[in-house]
Amino acid sequence: MSRDQILGAIRRGLKRGPLPADQRAMLDGRLAAHPRHLIPARSRVPRAEQLALLLRNVEKEFGSAERVPDLAAVPAAIADYLAAQNLAPRFVLAPHPELLGIDWSARPLLEHAARRAEPTDQVSVQHGYAGIAETGTLMLPSGATRPATLNILAETEIVVLRASRVVGAYEEAWDLLRAELGAMPRNVMFVTGPSRSADIEQTLELGAHGPRRLHVVLVDDDPAGLGAEDPSAPPGV
Amino acid sequence: MPVHITSPRFKENAARALANPGLQKALGTAKGAFLQRRAAAVAALPEFEQLRDIGRDIKNHTLAHLDFYLETYAANVERAGGTVHWCSTAEEARAAVLAICQAAGARTVTKGKSMISEEIALNAHLEANGITPVETDLGEYIIQLRHEHPSHIIAPAFHLNREDWEADFRRAHTDLPADRVFAERRDILTEARTRLRERFLAADVGITGANFLVAETGSSVIVTNEGNGDLTQTLPRVHIAIASIEKVVPTLEDCTSLLRLLARSATGQDFSVYTTFSTGARRAADLDGPQEYHVVLLDNGRSNMLGTEFQDMLRCIRCAACMNHCPVYGAVGGHAYGWVYPGPMGSVLTPSLVGVDKAGHLPNASTFCGRCESVCPVKIPLPKLMRHWREREFERHLTPASVRANLGLWAFLARRPGLYRLATRAAAGMLGLLGRGKGAFRSMPLAGGWTAGRDLPVPEPGGTFMARHAREQRARRR
Repeated sequence: MSRDQILGAIRRGLKRGPLPADQRAMLDGRLAAHPRHLIPARSRVPRAEQLALLLRNVEKEFGSAERVPDLAAVPAAIADYLAAQNLAPRFVLAPHPELLGIDWSARPLLEHAARRAEPTDQVSVQHGYAGIAETGTLMLPSGATRPATLNILAETEIVVLRASRVVGAYEEAWDLLRAELGAMPRNVMFVTGPSRSADIEQTLELGAHGPRRLHVVLVDDDPAGLGAEDPSAPPGV
Repeated sequence: MPVHITSPRFKENAARALANPGLQKALGTAKGAFLQRRAAAVAALPEFEQLRDIGRDIKNHTLAHLDFYLETYAANVERAGGTVHWCSTAEEARAAVLAICQAAGARTVTKGKSMISEEIALNAHLEANGITPVETDLGEYIIQLRHEHPSHIIAPAFHLNREDWEADFRRAHTDLPADRVFAERRDILTEARTRLRERFLAADVGITGANFLVAETGSSVIVTNEGNGDLTQTLPRVHIAIASIEKVVPTLEDCTSLLRLLARSATGQDFSVYTTFSTGARRAADLDGPQEYHVVLLDNGRSNMLGTEFQDMLRCIRCAACMNHCPVYGAVGGHAYGWVYPGPMGSVLTPSLVGVDKAGHLPNASTFCGRCESVCPVKIPLPKLMRHWREREFERHLTPASVRANLGLWAFLARRPGLYRLATRAAAGMLGLLGRGKGAFRSMPLAGGWTAGRDLPVPEPGGTFMARHAREQRARRR
């Protein structure tokens, strides 16, 4: 059987037999502890600066972003954004309790359907699980409340992210996921800006197969995250 | 080996490449783009050098316990509802993929970019069995239209110019108006997007590669900018990830540290647009995702590299920084290397996987400038490994007689320092005399092959390096 053949060849190369029990236990211990390595200093900054870093990086990667004071302000922000982009006020919504709980009737012209995305959907509104300031990256685990198709099928993806869900480094986002979801969901996407390709003459063009536009609506639910100019702001994380 | 290997004809390939104006134009256009972007990304991350050591150590730790981590990985894939197909050879891997596709009743399969798919010549095998593979990465798509192979491991169409794209799209997409205008590169991209969207929706099976496999969780990880990989692995009913055994890493944290190196080294981005971890098939409550998840795990000669001087090569994370910084790759492009993996990493890996008898020219196609090693994110000593292949080639008498004779003469001199200095002093003096006032020789008797592409500088007055060094040492002592 190929499995035994491959494992046998590996052990022959490494000049040993199967690992003894004590060494296996040591490696199992490493897996269970999953130690962090070096984390770059750039995201180890006070909370307010961390949020500013996230938004700056989203824009550096050709996304766009805006801040709203609370979830109630989300419908207006989305309606204005779609109008400014000349897009129809219609979108597929992630069936997440936080988004379903919003009073969308505040903007009666805004139509939505809460489901997975279909090829005809032009705009999706996704629930942001976590934001990673280090590179302006959104962590989007799949599940019944956060379908993966919302991240890839629509031309425009809007992600509603609470400021309290912004972390500095990827490792902190993994910790959130392990603590809150337990096992890995089927799919965890890290999204950094809109889709692009540099395959034609190594020149960057936006709008390959995924969304052409990525817009982050950051909901300021974290008092420590306000006032980026305040140098005495308490350190985050 | 299923793929036609032209590596034994590297010299002819290279000569043809140097004389190909279209290729030289493309290489000229591309040159510098990756280098500048990488340099900027690295400069913006002060910890980059430390991260390279960390990346090297993670990979070394994994390779030293590769059997353990592969078993753990496979167990966790199965715990999450996936299936692992262990394959020793390319043939087994092709058969495994075909069997899954046939069981799914597949007529078309979409494909994300995968070098392992190239290595096992998967497309030809699927086509021969009545299944249509559709490459969806933009670069791979045009390569498939042209019936070519990728010339670069992360930018498959590195050798093409914009005119080539336009001509090929007009030739392939005949249902569109023949006189349509491609005013910008973006128009080419948009046409491909529209065309491939139909394919994504129609496919029965999606096949992707994997940049990493995570033992802790049983996840396969892909890194893309276009989003084609995610459409490929999310929409069809069946997802197959094909990966080689050295792609495994222990934990999410280990993977994360390597991801900090990958995009910066490859395209000079801080992070690629889409980095996706796939673990098993659709869960009961999920609204989307494949019903079946398979991993085809390929050895194909890699396990034989463990415990040899070439074990270090198994650290490679396929970023392509080595070829982007290689003067030889920059001059001849990727196709000249004659198999799947070009550039310095290919010059080390290809002889390991297809044999030094077929690929012995590749480790000789190096100036030993050392740039590849200096940019490698996991610090693979590529020049040293190429030297090892040269030694093996020499030991096995694969080197031509004339080269062996001249090497013998040089070795005779090099082992006799007095004679060596006398000979070099005479040669330098003579060249200096002949070339006085010229600066450089345009041609040289018996060295026409060398001077055809280069100038030989006239030795500067003051004697050989050894003579000047001795003089300076004496002066310093005084």
